[in-house]
Amino acid sequence: MSEPLSQRAATATPPVLAHRIRGLSDRAIAWIFVAPTIALLLAVNIFPLIWTIRLSLTNYRSNRPNAPVKWVGLENYQKILHDPDIWNTFQVTAHFLIWTLVLQVLLGFGLAYLINKKFRGNDLWTTIIVLPMMLSPAVVGNFWTFLYQPQIGLFNYVIAFFTGADPSSFSMIGDVGLAPWAIVIVDTWMWTPFVMLICLAGLRSIPPSIYEAAECDRASKWRQFWTITLPMVLPFLMLAVLFRGIENFKMFDLVVQLTGGGPGSTTELTSINLKREAFEKWRTGYASAYAVILFVTVFGLASIYVKALNKVKDR
Amino acid sequence: MKSKLLFSAAAAAFVAGATGAKAEDLTLCWAAWDPANALIELSKEYEAQSGNTMHYEFVPWTSFADRMLNELNSGGHLCDLMIGDSQWIGGAAENGQYIKLNDFFDANGIKMDDFIPATVVGYAEWPKNTPNYYALPAFADVVGWTYRKDWFARPELQAEFKAKYGYDLAPPATFAQLKDIAEFFQGREIDGKKVYGAYIYTERGSEGITMGAMDVLYSYGFKYQNPDKPYDMEGFVNSPGAIAGLEYYKALYDCCTAPGMSNAYMGEGVDAFKSGQVAMQMNFTFTWPGFNTDPNVGGDKTGYFPNPAGPDGEQFAQLGGQGISVVAASSKQAAALDYIKWFAQPSVQAKWWQLGGYSALKSVVDAPDFATSQPYAQAFLDSMAIVKDFWAEPSYAALLQASQKRFHDYVVAGQGTAKEALDGLVADWTEVFKEDGKL
Amino acid sequence: MSAVSVTVPSRRQKWIAGTVVIIYALVTIMPLLWIIATGFKTPSDAISYPPKVIFQPSLEGYVNLFTTRSRVAPDTLAALGEPTTWYDRIVRQYDMVITGPSRYGARFLNSVIIGFGSTFLSVFLGTIAAYAFSRFKVPLKDDLMFFVLSTRMMPPIAVAIPIFLMYRQLGLSDTHLGMILLYTAVNLSLSVWLLKGFIDEIPVEYEEAALIDGYTRFQAFVKVVLPQAATGIASTAIFCLIFAWNEYAFAVLLTSGIAQTAPPFIPTIIGTGGKDWPAVAAGATLFLLPVMVFTILLRRHLLRGITFGAVRK
Repeated sequence: MSEPLSQRAATATPPVLAHRIRGLSDRAIAWIFVAPTIALLLAVNIFPLIWTIRLSLTNYRSNRPNAPVKWVGLENYQKILHDPDIWNTFQVTAHFLIWTLVLQVLLGFGLAYLINKKFRGNDLWTTIIVLPMMLSPAVVGNFWTFLYQPQIGLFNYVIAFFTGADPSSFSMIGDVGLAPWAIVIVDTWMWTPFVMLICLAGLRSIPPSIYEAAECDRASKWRQFWTITLPMVLPFLMLAVLFRGIENFKMFDLVVQLTGGGPGSTTELTSINLKREAFEKWRTGYASAYAVILFVTVFGLASIYVKALNKVKDR
Repeated sequence: MKSKLLFSAAAAAFVAGATGAKAEDLTLCWAAWDPANALIELSKEYEAQSGNTMHYEFVPWTSFADRMLNELNSGGHLCDLMIGDSQWIGGAAENGQYIKLNDFFDANGIKMDDFIPATVVGYAEWPKNTPNYYALPAFADVVGWTYRKDWFARPELQAEFKAKYGYDLAPPATFAQLKDIAEFFQGREIDGKKVYGAYIYTERGSEGITMGAMDVLYSYGFKYQNPDKPYDMEGFVNSPGAIAGLEYYKALYDCCTAPGMSNAYMGEGVDAFKSGQVAMQMNFTFTWPGFNTDPNVGGDKTGYFPNPAGPDGEQFAQLGGQGISVVAASSKQAAALDYIKWFAQPSVQAKWWQLGGYSALKSVVDAPDFATSQPYAQAFLDSMAIVKDFWAEPSYAALLQASQKRFHDYVVAGQGTAKEALDGLVADWTEVFKEDGKL
Repeated sequence: MSAVSVTVPSRRQKWIAGTVVIIYALVTIMPLLWIIATGFKTPSDAISYPPKVIFQPSLEGYVNLFTTRSRVAPDTLAALGEPTTWYDRIVRQYDMVITGPSRYGARFLNSVIIGFGSTFLSVFLGTIAAYAFSRFKVPLKDDLMFFVLSTRMMPPIAVAIPIFLMYRQLGLSDTHLGMILLYTAVNLSLSVWLLKGFIDEIPVEYEEAALIDGYTRFQAFVKVVLPQAATGIASTAIFCLIFAWNEYAFAVLLTSGIAQTAPPFIPTIIGTGGKDWPAVAAGATLFLLPVMVFTILLRRHLLRGITFGAVRK
C-alpha cells in the first residue's frame, strides 16, 4: 500500500480513544511525548533555519568573527541569481538528476519485473543487488576513484576488455566529457536497487485476478503490460522518483569523493558549490542566501510533484 | 650511561616541578607527509626532556587546509600547536586564531634575523614586511624539479636529442627547453616501459593547480599587483607575459603529461616519479630526501634542478613551507610555547635537517658543508633564493578558490582562453578585495 | 502470493529472468568484492597492470591500516635485530618500523559511540512521539508530521551553515555530544514516520482492554504497545544506525579529529608517498561489513525503512 506522505498522518490514525482513566491525562501524555521531539527539532532545525534567513541578508563571514557585520538586504540573492557559475552548477545538477533518474527507473523497473517472475533463489539475488545502496557513499565513492583509474582500475580494464580500447586511453574522472557520466554510473550502481525494491512492491500489489480477467478478454501480454502493469506500478514508481530526486538534488558525499566537482567545474553540483562558498571561501551570508534558494527550490519542486503524484493515485 | 640518563631524566623532572609546569598532552597538527614522520622522530627528544607527551594530527595535503581552517574557524580544541600553511597567516593573525609571538621571542632570545629572510616573511609575519610574528619558520619548502639523471646520461638519447633540438640534453635552463625535453621523452619506450615527459600539478580541490601554474607564471612576468598601488591587478595578473605563461602551462599539460593526471598533486607526483613513469617532475623539495633513498630511483638516478627561467630570463619559484604557531583556542599555550622554544634551538634545527626536515635556520643552511651534505642541497638553496608566494591575505581561501577554478577550467577542462581565464581572475579577486573593503 | 495458473510465468520465462538478474547481481557486487580483495593485496599487487584477480593474500593492508610507520636508516634497522612479530616482519621489508597505532581505531570507535548514541536517542524520542501522533489528537498534527519530514529535504551543507555557528558558540564543535544531537535530530524524522506506521498497525483494542483492566495510559503504553512494536522499533533502530554510520557531510564539516567518524577519515588514509589502496580497502571493508550484515538481517523491512514507511510491504 502506498499513500502520499503528506496524507499519511491524517488518514492512517486510528480513532482516538475516548477513555481517560487515572494517571496522567491523555492530553498531558501526548504533550510530554511530543515535546522533546519538537524541542529538538526547533533547536536543530527551525532556529537554524531562521538564523540562516537572517544571515542571508548580511555580509557575515564566519572566519571573521570580529569584523563588523553589514546589513545588505537582498543583495546576496541578487548576486546569486546573476552568477553564471551558479547557473552552471544548476545545469550540472540537472544533468545528473535527469540521467540518474532515467537510468535508475529503467533498470530498477526492469529488474523488479524480472525478479517478479519468481525464479528460484530470487530472494538471495535481490538481497545481493540491494547491498550497494546501504553502504556509506563517501567510503564507496572514494574507492570508485580507484576503480576508475586509467590502466590499473578495474572499470577501465573491463571496458577495455570488451571494447578493445587501451585501458589507459581514457580517464573517467579526468576527462571533461566523461566525468559527468562517471558520477551518473556510480550513483546508478548504488541506487538502482532502491527503485527496484519500490517497483517490486508495486508489482506484487497487483492482484492476479486483474490479469486473469484480461486473459479472458484475450488481451495480449503487451497490452496487459501497458494497461494493467504500468498504470498500477506508476504511483510506486513516482514515489521512488520523488525520493531519488530529493536525495540527488542534495547529493554531496558520493560526488565530492569521486571528482570533487572537477575536472574544471564539470561535475560541480550545487551542494559542492555551496560547500565551497560556505566552508572554503567562508562567505557565510552569501552561502546562507544560496541555501535558502536551494531550500525553496527543492521544497517547491517537491510540492508540485506530490500534487501530481496524488492525481495519479486518485485516478 | 644508564645512570646518566636517569640523572638527566630526574633533573628534567625536577626543573619541570620547580617551574610549576605539569606534564601536558600536546597535540600538534600538520600535514601527513614524510617531514611529519621526521618530526615525530625529532620530538622524541623533547618528550624525554620535558615530560610532556606529544600527540599528532596529520592530514593529507588535499584536505589539510580544508580541515584545519575549519578547525581554526570553529574554535575547536583539537590542536595546541599548528604547523599551518604559509598563506593562512593573515587570516589566523587578524582573527586571533594564532597567538602573537613577539614577546615570547624576545623573552627567550629567539631572533627572526637568524632565519632565512624569505621564510620569515613567508611563514611568520603579518602584515608582511612588518615585525609582527605569529609563527616560527618551521619547514622551508619551495617548488623545484627532479629529473631522471640516468636517462639524461644515455649516449643514444643525448645524440638523438642534440640532432633534433641542436643543444645538449641537460637539466633545462628555461621553460622552453623544459618543454622540448618533455616532448622528447613523451611516449618514449625506456627499458621496455612507456614513459612520459613531465609531471605537473593539476589538482582541483585544494591548491594544487594554482601552486603549479603560479610556479610557471611568475617567471613569465605575472605579478599579483601593481608594486606602487596595492590591489591594483589589471595588467599585472593578466599581463601579456602572464597569459603566455598560462598558455605554456596548458601546452605542457596537453603535450607532455601521463594520461589521467587531471587531478594530481604531490602524492601523485611522487608515485609517478618513483615508478619510473616520468622524466621530469615538478614537486616541492620536501619530496627530495625520499627520492634520494628510494630503491627504484635513488642515488645517482635522480637529479634536482630549480625552477627554470622564463622567456625574459626572470626566474622565480613558488614558495611552500610552514611556520609553527600556537593556537589561541588551546588551553595549553604555555606548554606549546615551551615546545617552540625547544624546537628553535640551533642543535635541534641541525638535527631536523639531518632527519629530512628543511630547517629555515641560517646557521644550518649557511654551514660550509651544507651544500654538499645531500645531493639536493644546492638545488634547494638555489630555489629558496628565488621564491614568491601566493596571497596571504585573510581572504586567502576565497582568492585561492577563484584561481583553482579559473586555472582548472582552462588548463584541464580546456574551456575558454588563457586571457579569459586571467581576466576572469582579476574580476574574481577584485570582487574579493571589494568585499574586504580593501578596494 | 496465491498466483493462479494463467499468471504464473513459464519455466522458460523464469530461466531467462533468473539469468539476467543473476548477471546483474554479479556485476553489481564486483566493486564490493574488489574492495574486500584489495584489502588483502600488497600495495604493488593492488596497482599492477592488468589488475590481478588471483594473488598471494597478504595482511599488509590491515597492518598499515592499524599502524603508523616510519622509514629508518639501514644501520638503525640492523641494530634493532630480528623482527619478533609477523606484523613487524611485514613492515621491515620496506626498511620501516612501526611507531605506533594509527587513528583508525579511534575513528571507528567514534562512529560506534555517535552511531549508537544517536540511534538510542532518536528511537526513544521517536517512539514516544510516534505513539502520541498515532493515538491522540495533537493540534496541528498533519503540519507537525510534515514538518518533521521536511527537515530531510534540506541539503546537509545548507543545514550545516547555522549549525556550525551555533556549535562554535556552544563549544559543541568536534564533540561527540554535538554529533549525537545532530544525528538524533536528523534521524527523528525517519523514526517518527516509521514508528508511527508500526504503532498504527497495533490494534487499539489491546490498549482499551488494558485500560479497562485498570492500567494507566502510561502502563498500557509500556506493557502493551512497546512489546507489540518491538520488531518495528528494532528495524527502525537499525535504519537510524545505518544513517548515522554512513553520514559524511555533517561529519566532515563539524568534526576535525576528536569526534571525527570513520567516513571522512577513511578517504584520507595515505601511505608514505602515494595512496595506500590496500589500507584504504581494509579500512573500508571493516567499516562496510557490519552494514552488509545488517542489510541481510533487515531484508524483510528494507522497503519500509527506505521509504519512510510510505510503502510497507
